[in-house]
Amino acid sequence: MMQHFLTTESLSKDQLTTILDAAESFYNIDGGHVKKVPLLRGKTIVNLFFEASTRTRTTFELAAKRLSADVLNININASATVKGESLLDTLRNIEAMNVDMFVIRHQDSGAAEFISKHVAPGISVINAGDGRHAHPTQAMLDVFTIRRIKDNFENLKVAIVGDLLHSRVARSQIHALRTLGTQDIRVIAPNTLLPACVETLGVQAFQNMEEGLDNVDIIIMLRLQKERMQGALLPSEHEYFNLFGLTPERLALAAKDATVMHPGPINRGVEISSEVADGIQSVILQQVSNGIAVRMAIMSILAGSE
Amino acid sequence: MNTDIEALLATLTSQTKAYLAHLPAEEEPLIVGIHTGGIWIAEHLHQALQLSSSIGILDISFYRDDFSRLGLNPQVKPSQLPLDITDHHIILVDDILHTGRTVRAAMNELFDYGRPASVSLAVLIDRGGRELPIAAQMVGDVVELPSKQHVKLTGPTPLALEIITTD
Repeated sequence: MMQHFLTTESLSKDQLTTILDAAESFYNIDGGHVKKVPLLRGKTIVNLFFEASTRTRTTFELAAKRLSADVLNININASATVKGESLLDTLRNIEAMNVDMFVIRHQDSGAAEFISKHVAPGISVINAGDGRHAHPTQAMLDVFTIRRIKDNFENLKVAIVGDLLHSRVARSQIHALRTLGTQDIRVIAPNTLLPACVETLGVQAFQNMEEGLDNVDIIIMLRLQKERMQGALLPSEHEYFNLFGLTPERLALAAKDATVMHPGPINRGVEISSEVADGIQSVILQQVSNGIAVRMAIMSILAGSE
Repeated sequence: MNTDIEALLATLTSQTKAYLAHLPAEEEPLIVGIHTGGIWIAEHLHQALQLSSSIGILDISFYRDDFSRLGLNPQVKPSQLPLDITDHHIILVDDILHTGRTVRAAMNELFDYGRPASVSLAVLIDRGGRELPIAAQMVGDVVELPSKQHVKLTGPTPLALEIITTD
């Protein structure tokens, strides 16, 4: 069905639903914990991370281990490229160890796709975030989290709030939600953090929290990506919080049973207040747990379609 | 082949009762059905034997040995065992016994949950063609079918058997 998993953009509703159903099957009826299964025994999965990550790398590692695969974690910043080896040479060397799957995180957009075009046949590539382009497994775990809470995607009102300019997560979420049938997607951000022509993605743009949050069912907060910001996009973090931070007062403008999500790591007091992040409407930690089942599903689907 | 479901179930039930007679009375066995057809047969046995604990359900998709050829079954149901199986006698139930690979996978999954006192196998139809050293202790009927023919159980209401010939 799929050899690589690079973006949510090219996937059909059926393909997305297959992934969500498979993720559901890794959940136990009681307790919801994920049991270890022997599905990928004998396979070797390489986490190739060119950029720092804790949550994504560890949930990928745990997902691979719950599937009984062998896992290698390679942190390139601290490795051979520092010694002058080219990306493709690094790749050839790891391939020579007979691996079956690469999980790639890279600071450049398109890196995972580039690698997928140069790996040996039979090796699968999963994009674990490339530059500003896409973070499709995060988007899948977000729609999985939404599907476990809400009845359907069609009638949902979803607001994505914050640093859309640098967010690969938001882009992947918007594509996945649109494909699954969500009509009302809003993005809320100051002008300097909205990508040009964001409306072409099929979303409505707001520059005011009070207008944008009106009666929404899902609020997805994005992290302010300070490390990617060059130039004066914001006056100060304090002012950003005053205008765009999610506070209990602003949350009250959304639907009564609205759900608060955040891909993490959260900046408390910058994009979200602690009361909201730790409140009963927040599913931020459930998102992390769901990430394991979703990544297990994607890995098994790729490994089973050789 | 006998396709009279009621007669097959009656045979299977009486064989299971005879098997249970060998167990100490206080050690009630746990009936575990293999998804999908095995669960229907397991429910029937459970009712006929009037056991107190509910049946267990196994979906062995994650334990199959043909995964890398066939891919992941997209509709895997969670396995569910009503109690800790350690030191319990398990009656594993499936509809059709053919190569034995499904039973192998089911036993592997069972042992991920604990160490049962014993595992025995009850099937509605044993159609021969074994590829593993696995045998059923309780059988509704034994038929020898050529490898191109397959028995399929449809259900749950009504249960019916049909023979499919593939090329």
